[in-house]
Amino acid sequence: MMRWLNSPASETQITHARRLWLYALSIVIMLLLVAPTLIVIPMSFSDSQYLEFPPETWSLRWYRHYFGSPEWMAATATSLKAAFLTMLVATPVGVLAAYGLHTSSIRYGRLVLALLITPMMVPLILVAVGAFYVYVKLKIQYTLLGLVMAHALLALPLVILVVGSALKSFDLNQELAARSLGAPRWKAFVTVTLPQIRFAVTTSALLAFLTSFDEVVVAMFVSGGDNATLTRNMFNALRDQIDPTIASISTIMILVTTLLMVLALTFGKAKDAG
Amino acid sequence: MSSAMIETHEQGLRHDARRERWALFGLSSPALILVLVILIIPVGWLFYLSFIGADGQFSLENYQRMVDRKSYRRIFETTFQVSLITTGLCILIGYPLAYFLSQLPSRIAGLCLITVLLPFWTSLLVRTYAWLVLLQKRGLVNTWAMDLGLWDEPIKMVHNLTGTLIGMVHIMLPFLVLPLYGSMNAINRDYLKAASNLGASPTRAFWTVFFPLSGPGLFAGSLIVFVLCLGFYVTPAVLGGGKVIMVSMKIASNIELFVNWGAASAMGVVLLLLTMLILWVASRFLRLEQLAGGGHG
Repeated sequence: MMRWLNSPASETQITHARRLWLYALSIVIMLLLVAPTLIVIPMSFSDSQYLEFPPETWSLRWYRHYFGSPEWMAATATSLKAAFLTMLVATPVGVLAAYGLHTSSIRYGRLVLALLITPMMVPLILVAVGAFYVYVKLKIQYTLLGLVMAHALLALPLVILVVGSALKSFDLNQELAARSLGAPRWKAFVTVTLPQIRFAVTTSALLAFLTSFDEVVVAMFVSGGDNATLTRNMFNALRDQIDPTIASISTIMILVTTLLMVLALTFGKAKDAG
Repeated sequence: MSSAMIETHEQGLRHDARRERWALFGLSSPALILVLVILIIPVGWLFYLSFIGADGQFSLENYQRMVDRKSYRRIFETTFQVSLITTGLCILIGYPLAYFLSQLPSRIAGLCLITVLLPFWTSLLVRTYAWLVLLQKRGLVNTWAMDLGLWDEPIKMVHNLTGTLIGMVHIMLPFLVLPLYGSMNAINRDYLKAASNLGASPTRAFWTVFFPLSGPGLFAGSLIVFVLCLGFYVTPAVLGGGKVIMVSMKIASNIELFVNWGAASAMGVVLLLLTMLILWVASRFLRLEQLAGGGHG
């Protein structure tokens, strides 16, 4: 231990002992980053009205309340449907755009790319208000269609960036080889290129799903009535009082997110293109 | 072959190449239509509405109101204040953490990075809710602090500025730490070796070599945090308890409660222009693609 403390910790020959404050501080920060979210999990199993930690008596009361409530169930169904459809819309549209922009050496390609990733940069409230305005005119406010279109818009930049970066490390000459052997362009793409960027495509699809599933602000404006999302109802419930049911929903959401992100990371780590 | 024939061939080839370029470019048209219909046209429409007065004529009253009315000025002041404090706190907390991570062997750093990524992915609403639970009067923080004798009476930590800041710093921290960690990792460590070979103390080597080299990453990360704070809605709405009113919240209430599209649009236009300006500055220092994967709101 003493030897470790006095050994050099970096290129500047500073010792670990002189850096203990940094280690302690960083560990505290890392704890503070994770703890608040994780603490909700045991709390959701409490039997009490007041969320306590650690719970004095354990129960599934709030889970029963959640699964027994038609409103919460309807909202959950809407969120899952919207997320799934968002994934189905944003992934192919994004993959096509990424492929098109990557292969076409058109002069304004970079400008178009910049335009396609603006949804990531515009403040969400503007996306929400703008979509709301147009949907009222088109009479599609509070429909699943409107919600999915808006969420697909938000997911689009992620798909384009993830797939675009995979295409950059893919050798397009392979496609040329397939085409010189007589394959039409679309066939060369489907049989040669797509299998080699499939991990990036899967990752982007999962990200698209999550984008929609977690989204609050746009859902506040364009979802409602029978098509209110889970996050919209959670947000409204939070403004009123601290309902312990939210703790059980949060726990389920944490599990869903973690599962999807682990999947996305596994696919992301798996090497595309060779 | 005559030269005229070669010319026709060349023309044909050029023509084909151009056609193919446009066909490939056409593949991005569904995406372009989506962005145009759901984003560009609506935002353009809001831009137009912001110049329409209550009487339906062209007017600058919506912008004038933001300058004249104290309540509107207050909202912009609050937004800037909250964003600045949040960014400052994120720098103070995030810099040591990013530095710590950059000093670890890459395998351990990867493990520690999970503590930054986990909250990054977790729903913003869930994290906001967690703080609401922890910071309430009967919440864990008050209970523990009173058990430890830090304070006697429960302190009000939510539904005010304190709660908003705690929640926002927690949510924004990964947006600073991730790019900063990336830029710190890219620093060539031989420079530090050189500095200490030349007799610089570790502290001096840090401040004269490492810190300046991490500057662009820090600057870009801070701008990103600041810009995301400007447009924040959910966390101040829940943790601020109506006492912290940010621009986004005023836009929402202008539409939901007062159905005043002109006022909401004008605020939206100002918010958008500020955001774009800051992101443009940030993009000089950092590729925006690096920020992919972050939810905000």
